Amino acid sequence: MAYTTSQPQTGGILSRLGFGARARKPAAQAEEMKRVQFTSPILPYVFLFPQLAVIVIFFYWPSVQALSSSFYIEDPFGFGSTFVGMSNYTDALFSSEYQSIALFTAVFTLLVTFFSLAIGMLLAVKADRIIKGSSTYKTLLIAVYAIAAPVAGLIGMMFFDQHIGTFVKMMSYVGWNMQVGLNYYDTAFAMVVVAVWKQIPYNFIFLLSGLQNVPVSVREAATIDCSSGLRRFWTVTLPLLAPTAFFLLIINVTYALFDTFGLIDVMVKDKPANNPITLVYKVYNDGFRGNDLGGSSAQSVILMIVVFVLTIFQFRFIERRVHYN
Amino acid sequence: MYRTRFSDHLVLILGALFLCTPVVVAFMTSTHTAADIHMNGLSLSWGGHFVETYEKVLTQKGGFTGEITGARMVMNSLILGIGFALGKIVLSMMAAYAIVYFRFPMATLSFWVIFTTLLLPLEVRIMPSYQVMSDLGLLNSYTGLIVPLLASATGTFYFRQFFKSVPEELLEAARIDGAGPFKFFIDILIPISRTMIAAIFIIMFVYGWNQYLWPMLMTTDERFFTLMRGIKSILQVWVGSQIPDYNEAFALAVLAMLPPVAIVVIFQSWFIKGLTESDK
Repeated sequence: MAYTTSQPQTGGILSRLGFGARARKPAAQAEEMKRVQFTSPILPYVFLFPQLAVIVIFFYWPSVQALSSSFYIEDPFGFGSTFVGMSNYTDALFSSEYQSIALFTAVFTLLVTFFSLAIGMLLAVKADRIIKGSSTYKTLLIAVYAIAAPVAGLIGMMFFDQHIGTFVKMMSYVGWNMQVGLNYYDTAFAMVVVAVWKQIPYNFIFLLSGLQNVPVSVREAATIDCSSGLRRFWTVTLPLLAPTAFFLLIINVTYALFDTFGLIDVMVKDKPANNPITLVYKVYNDGFRGNDLGGSSAQSVILMIVVFVLTIFQFRFIERRVHYN
Repeated sequence: MYRTRFSDHLVLILGALFLCTPVVVAFMTSTHTAADIHMNGLSLSWGGHFVETYEKVLTQKGGFTGEITGARMVMNSLILGIGFALGKIVLSMMAAYAIVYFRFPMATLSFWVIFTTLLLPLEVRIMPSYQVMSDLGLLNSYTGLIVPLLASATGTFYFRQFFKSVPEELLEAARIDGAGPFKFFIDILIPISRTMIAAIFIIMFVYGWNQYLWPMLMTTDERFFTLMRGIKSILQVWVGSQIPDYNEAFALAVLAMLPPVAIVVIFQSWFIKGLTESDK
């Protein structure tokens, strides 16, 4: 029964692919091995070989390298490297630049997660009530779901452009002189808006399907018991949606941390100097622009730990849900 | 029974506008001339220069070396998308077949070796991945663009789930009829997985098409630029030009988002199902 425990909960990672399936109820199906199996000393390895080879060369090797080079300082002229212990880590963690970027990343993640979830929830609740024309709304609300982050960033840049940006003009009427790309906070604002825009459809899809899984009897009972729609939402709908919402919370956090790279790269246009960037962007920037292999690797490892913690959190949570189911 | 109220529609309409307007504006603006856009800003009306702009974007040689056209970038994106999707299906089907249908000592270990790849996204191992590729001499090649992206467990996961749901009787019957592992795989398992293969192909195609970071690291030679990579370079060219080619940038963006949007809209119900109920 080795497979029972190894049921992968891939939501967080798959979602990063832009698409993905996820197993919400892993124990719902019988997870035993096939009763009838082939036995062959070589064949299974033949079938596994291509996948394993690719994974070892392009996943494990780089990952191990990241770990080992994070303890070294590379000579800038290519003459070997020096072991420096944890100093790449301490350099990163205690530099004020890293700390301020980490702070921005945290705030950015918080804002993107909150707004994309809240707006997705609002739209899902409304769409759930509509009977006539619901499929049209659904189509319109998920149409932009698979647009790539850099494309979203490019379109966003245009709306926030100094010359042609509709948004900048609109804001100038209320006295806000937006200078995206120059002003730190304006750029941050634009990034949050675009990141939220791209993530709403994802949350909408899951929350709507969560709502539609609420049994009719429960809905009717709720309608009879509380006449206030808002109260019904807080006391009945939201608790029922809590598992979905929690799952989405982690997905959204990983989205804001990693998937927004393309968006940020397009929006800061290679001028990260006075623009807000996230930690992932800094890994890229230090590694490729700054040629600081050790520092970049150390930051990679720090992010790996963050991903690990998030994934374990998700594992634990889904396990718990399974028991209560 | 709940009665639909006007406010419900209002919220949904506002939401739909917020989400869809940027896409419509991007398309409409791309049909205007650059000077027009520069003067009048973004537009919701038809500009009438659709054919010119798109023809120019697709055929005009641009970039620093003057070697890359939009059509070439579309082709590269297609190669990446299709190559990635096919590679993913072949590798992951084979791996899942071994894991589900064979009894062998290393099964559990292989399973874990594959599935731990889900723990670390590419973004956190950028530098070392680049180094490995450069050591292997795979920079600026289609192999380097496609193969490393195959190092993840997603497809294997899908197929494993699917194979597990295949009735046991099929294999029993096949064995009674004397079918060996290869025959069973090719003549029975692949035909009954057709829908699953098609679904994964679409998902993986869009994933490959949308790749940004990896092509950016792997390709410095413009002949290998994908549309996503092109978006970055068009922005770099902008710096310093008098009237930026807004129309061309938009046209490029429209080309880049056309397949993902079309696929999501066309396969909508399937997508929602696949996303939210994949475990059933």
